[in-house]
Amino acid sequence: MKKIRNSSTTTTTGGGGATTAMRVIVPLQGVVQGRGGLFLGSVIPCALFYFLQLYLKGRGGRKSGEPPAPPESSPSETHLREVSTLQRVHSRLLLSPRGTSGPAQVSSRANAIAKQADGTYCVGLKRAADDPYDEMNNPDGVIQLGLAENRLSLDMVQEWLADNTRESIISQDLSISGIAAYQSFDGLMELKVVVAEFMSQVIEKPQFFNPAQIVLTAGATPAIEILSFCLADPGNAFLVPSPYNPDLDRDVKWRAGVEIVPVPCRSADNFSLSTTALDRAFNQAKKRGLKVRGMIISNPSNPVGVLYNREMLYSLLDFATEKNIHIISNEVFAGSTHGSEEFVSMAEIIDTEDYDRGRVHIIYGLSKDISLPGYGIGVIYTFNENVLSAAKKLARFSPVSAPTQRLLVSMLSHTKFIQRFIKINRERVRRMYILFAGGLKLLGIECIKSNGGFYCWADMSSLIRSYSEKGELELWENLLNVAKVNATPGSSCHCVEPGWFRLCFSTLREKDIPVVIERIRKISETCISRS
Amino acid sequence: MTRNSDSETKPRKPTRTGMRLIVPLQGIVQGRGGLILGSLIPCALVYFLQLYLKRHRSSNTLSPSTSAENLPELPRSSSRANLLTRGSIGRVPVSSRASSIAKPNDCPYYIGLDRVREDPYDEINNPNGIIQLGLSENRLSLDLIEEWLSKNLSASMLGEGGDDLNICGIAAYQPSDGLMELKVAMAGFMTEIMGRTISFNPSSVVLISGATPALEILSFCLADQGNAFLVPTPYYPGFDRDMRWRTGVELIPVHCRSCDDFTLSIKALDQAFNQARKRGQKVRGVLISNPSNPVGNLLSIDMLYDLLDFARERNIHIISDEIFAGSMYGNEEFVSMAQILNSEDSDRDRVHIIYGLSKDFSLPGFRVGVIYSFNENVLAASRKLTRFASISAPTQRLVVSMLSDTKFTREYMKTNRERIKKMHDLFVEGLRELGIESAKSSAGLYCWVDMSRLISPYNEKGELELWDKLSNIAKINVTPGSACHCIEPGWFRCCFATLNEKQIPLVIERILTRNNLICPHQNGMNWSLTCCSKIIA
Repeated sequence: MKKIRNSSTTTTTGGGGATTAMRVIVPLQGVVQGRGGLFLGSVIPCALFYFLQLYLKGRGGRKSGEPPAPPESSPSETHLREVSTLQRVHSRLLLSPRGTSGPAQVSSRANAIAKQADGTYCVGLKRAADDPYDEMNNPDGVIQLGLAENRLSLDMVQEWLADNTRESIISQDLSISGIAAYQSFDGLMELKVVVAEFMSQVIEKPQFFNPAQIVLTAGATPAIEILSFCLADPGNAFLVPSPYNPDLDRDVKWRAGVEIVPVPCRSADNFSLSTTALDRAFNQAKKRGLKVRGMIISNPSNPVGVLYNREMLYSLLDFATEKNIHIISNEVFAGSTHGSEEFVSMAEIIDTEDYDRGRVHIIYGLSKDISLPGYGIGVIYTFNENVLSAAKKLARFSPVSAPTQRLLVSMLSHTKFIQRFIKINRERVRRMYILFAGGLKLLGIECIKSNGGFYCWADMSSLIRSYSEKGELELWENLLNVAKVNATPGSSCHCVEPGWFRLCFSTLREKDIPVVIERIRKISETCISRS
Repeated sequence: MTRNSDSETKPRKPTRTGMRLIVPLQGIVQGRGGLILGSLIPCALVYFLQLYLKRHRSSNTLSPSTSAENLPELPRSSSRANLLTRGSIGRVPVSSRASSIAKPNDCPYYIGLDRVREDPYDEINNPNGIIQLGLSENRLSLDLIEEWLSKNLSASMLGEGGDDLNICGIAAYQPSDGLMELKVAMAGFMTEIMGRTISFNPSSVVLISGATPALEILSFCLADQGNAFLVPTPYYPGFDRDMRWRTGVELIPVHCRSCDDFTLSIKALDQAFNQARKRGQKVRGVLISNPSNPVGNLLSIDMLYDLLDFARERNIHIISDEIFAGSMYGNEEFVSMAQILNSEDSDRDRVHIIYGLSKDFSLPGFRVGVIYSFNENVLAASRKLTRFASISAPTQRLVVSMLSDTKFTREYMKTNRERIKKMHDLFVEGLRELGIESAKSSAGLYCWVDMSRLISPYNEKGELELWDKLSNIAKINVTPGSACHCIEPGWFRCCFATLNEKQIPLVIERILTRNNLICPHQNGMNWSLTCCSKIIA
């Protein structure tokens, strides 16, 4: 009996509910009344059940225990949308005589991207780019604190480039075809070897990373997109502890069509993640009919700057194992730690215990740790064979150009330079962090004690007029328009508590810090006097 | 036409269900249950089969094979999680769209490229390796590029004397859709190569890391999942990946035949369009390559106008892949789609041009591609999407100064064209001596060769057998027509621009002397004997 009910409810979604029910019931009646024969009596339910199974399997990821009722995901939705647009165009063609049809329409997904209004994060970045502060030429310009870019150690990079550019791109033993000809899309093996070595050096464990598990992409952004594509189908979801980097929404949602379920972290816990919160978010997503396929963490976290300790990483892995989901660990700031705490890579955890290594994927890049965002080098490091081979093929859509790869091969194999660079760069980041956070403290603005990254996660809730997102955005506007400082408001990072801002200090020079502090002081004074 | 097809499909369903509903009732009323049920079973089976197929098609990422592969893993996850204790191993599934991509290559185009990678020919180190004729890459003029680089490399990447360009110009974050300097230089270069009467506008240029992501982004922007593009066949095998893989867009082949010299006809386009519509598929555009890859012919100016008419009438887009525009060797004149548009402004927003430096400028390793579009929405969306495929800054600087050196680019283009022409003539002549003819062509780094006389049986199987033998016995890698969706068997694309002149006789000889092994049947023997005698004479 249960079988029959199931089949009729499922077919309802296909249309014509009443007739299907009829069709199922009527023949069975015949069978029950002994007119169908033993053979038919067994064949019909059997066949029905068989096709029901086939149908359920065909619908993909749904678990057999779940009721089939919740209208699932995009396939059916897009199908419906498609049908409606189809009809519209048909009628249109009939009405319009030859040659006068309207403008060519772009796809609805492109339209959504083209029309999407810029969030506060992008608006701020643009303002700062259009009217940049310059001590001499534009002292009234906007000071950029919104971009996690490191300019503290560019002098070292410049020095190296000046000495070595020519030799590294066309060296004696390397012909022109080494840079001009087609290369494999997922990166030169030479570069993978030195990147693996560099990553190992960052966590201070020689030869820890295996070059064969690396896929190189044009930046960490496409690396995240490719992983989203490989780990989740459209309409599936990832759990992401919030606050998180505002870029992530675009990287995961835009083309891969994967949803983000934020897992709120709070100031009371120093914005550290708890498995209870993860569990709650997972169950809520499940209730909404969302299939969670993984979680994305950033370690050191962006925008807060805290590190995940060993214990936490173990419990995340336990959680992932229990729910059978993936973990993407974004470690682009791994080499930019400046505190006393030790950075532990997810790769180390997976190496020590007998977990399914196939569920761990690491994102890395050279944008942050060796200050080369313009070079656009991203790394996918995965233990999963399927993901590795799919990502290698998908790298055709975001390859790194060969001259850049050659340049980096020789830069990264220059071990002495790299060691010196990492050491000096850490010191400079640390110094700037102390200066900047100290300056803010003088204004009564506290920051979360961070150990990594180029930013402070600052609590400005005392400066906002109404304790809400609205108040936060008012302060952001004031900072941008009056104080001429571009900060990233917590709301664009999906922070649940209002009044937090991410301030990146690594694009500044030391002498700029007093200017920034002075500008913020003015705002804070007006805020306080008003209240 | 439209109304007909519409009304045909719609009422059909109700009547059929009506029938099915009435018949069993009748049977039961009349007490003939057994017999009628006998007919009902196939009916019900068919119904559920249809339902199943329909569901399946609508979520087209799930082909039967991939779902079958995932079955043991997917539904298990929840029940399994309960059983798991800490640390025990459970395999975690990847997405179904990724697992279909992760599978090993099945297209001979990619298999061939892989084989060459493993065993490449080298005159000295590996004289018995496979000769690459499957990759349309230009190595004929690399010496010119090398010469330029050795003179200008450091200056162009680091700036002269350090003043022009500081380190922030290459190390810091740049706009992801390309530096304005490069857009200007690129628009200038495109004007030089294919502009003639018009000039390209830098503000319509979007720079991307290669023509491959450029195609993907356009496919994403112009069509939604499940929509389709019409593509004249034979077409470049990479289109199947670039246009379809991540975007979920379909390609509908529009067959061109050898009797028309593989030129496109509007009639065939129209037919394909209507058939697609009958299947319920929404066609969003036409994808052409001009000069065509793999045939190497050009679309005439009349054809371009007809295409535009067709697109306007159907209200669809045109993507024109003009990446070989500068690699001309024939007498015909290349006309860009952009040129047609100048006079008819109303339709500018449906035309999108793909360009890049991989072919004309022999720099595939640099990964520089261009979307040139007149559609504001497409420009806005693709600019945002370039975050996933930006060109690294040092390369951009290098290319800016290379393209701004117009004296160099002009000289380069001129020499390059001469060299392509020379290679093409030599190669085609060599094949002709073997009795193998090529299709009429005037551009590209390849020729489209008719080997149908060498295949048996005359079908795709025969063609693939010949391809396999060419690669395993004669040790040359060519692209079979079936990989290009050519409807006639026996055609092959042979790229000659990775060879040097002295390798041509070697290729010809490999085809000739190993021909007995390739075609042991009588026909082949006779043919090769006549060839031999011809060559000796």
